[in-house]
Amino acid sequence: MKKHLYTLLMSLALSMAALPLFAQEDLLSLLGEEEETTDYATASFKTSRVINLHSLENTASGVLDFKISHRFNTVQNGLYDFFGLDGANLRIGFDYGVTDRLAIGIGRSNYEKTLDGFAKYKILRQSKGKRNMPITLAAFGSVAMQTLKWANPDRDNHFSSRLYYTGQLIIGRKISEGFSLQLSPTIVHRNLVATFDESNDVLALGIGTRVKLSKRMAINLEYIYVLPDQLAPQFVNSLSVGLDIETGGHVFQLHFSNSRIMVEKGFIAETANKWEDGGIHFGFNISRVFTIVRPPLD
Amino acid sequence: MFKKCILFALFGLFAVSAAHAQKYFTREGKVSFSSDAKVEKIEAVNKTATSVYDAATGKMEFAVLIKAFQFEKALMQEHFNENYMESDKFPKASFKGSVTDFKAVNLAKDGVYPVKVKGQLSIHGVTKDVEADGKFTVKGGVIAAASTFEVAVADYGIVIPAVVRDNIAKTVKIDVALTYQELKKGS
Repeated sequence: MKKHLYTLLMSLALSMAALPLFAQEDLLSLLGEEEETTDYATASFKTSRVINLHSLENTASGVLDFKISHRFNTVQNGLYDFFGLDGANLRIGFDYGVTDRLAIGIGRSNYEKTLDGFAKYKILRQSKGKRNMPITLAAFGSVAMQTLKWANPDRDNHFSSRLYYTGQLIIGRKISEGFSLQLSPTIVHRNLVATFDESNDVLALGIGTRVKLSKRMAINLEYIYVLPDQLAPQFVNSLSVGLDIETGGHVFQLHFSNSRIMVEKGFIAETANKWEDGGIHFGFNISRVFTIVRPPLD
Repeated sequence: MFKKCILFALFGLFAVSAAHAQKYFTREGKVSFSSDAKVEKIEAVNKTATSVYDAATGKMEFAVLIKAFQFEKALMQEHFNENYMESDKFPKASFKGSVTDFKAVNLAKDGVYPVKVKGQLSIHGVTKDVEADGKFTVKGGVIAAASTFEVAVADYGIVIPAVVRDNIAKTVKIDVALTYQELKKGS
């Protein structure tokens, strides 16, 4: 009898040991821990510009972003020139994503008949999971060339005098779903300046932020601090505030700014109007993306 | 007596391992969806769906990482995650249910077995009871499972704004296709 009991107990014990396999409620947990993936932060800004400054975001790989931008006259003359809308600076540009890290672009502005080109490379990408990276870091370089007729054709004019270079680091983070912040330490090099008092190299620090109002709307703010004693006295720091509206394939960026020029050397080093004097320009950037190279889906 | 005990115990163990072998899994299931609206067709594919099927009880589970859906257009993918699925908040979609007529399926024998699957589908933080037709296809020991069903996006709290009403369908078609492997201990 004792032996029977022993047998029974023994069998029960063995079955019990195996029981957890049956008792498993959650089938998927049988697969154990999943392999961790790297989750990159996306959409820290609605598009690749904050307002004038380049944002943390790049044009996606294989995508062409057609950008039309306008900056109107100052609003201070009121209805007479329709709050500045009677006159506009404009830029037409194309950005293209070569890879997910590298974007290039060209543009043409009517201001000083300027052509510009840039390249922007993401060195670090904010991510979590397998690879943890708290920030995004991008390196940006651009060249702008004004193509006006020489103001003084009789003197010895050099082609290099037409050129302006910008080097910039963009360091930022999508801090939460609705809030992104970036810093843009910048150097603008001007081959030719008007007076001895102006420096050829201009150091500046841009700050840009995005606050989401809803899934499709966001407020952007941008300020560019230029270190003292580099610019002619009439030039001031650029301050812009804007509203991003995204509608499927378009992003509309509507803003107010005291800057009117849409290339770096202009909005960083040649902003002449002051907010406090009503020197505010209404403007917009419209972005329309076209997918040129489609990734295979099958 | 002791022999009997051993036999009994062994039998017990055998029963357990046999039952265990009746579980199947995949980590590479393909889940795709298509939205066929007036203006455009949107398609996306996810090839990393995980699933476990217990042939002994008919129980079936799925988990799909939302961010792993690949789109043809990068912007669609961004909007899908940011605006519609809110994948930071709801990273996964899942299904927990069972094959109601699982007894009619013999995974050891070649053939096509139409089945009904019933359970709870969770998308975007909303769980709903669903029912779908599917089938098991066994051929040369390879067990494939497939199902196609439709999901009304509004049922899962996903709002489509008026401006893109003609771009995104109210009901999207979901295709599931996967190959199950036997789930062995430690795999």
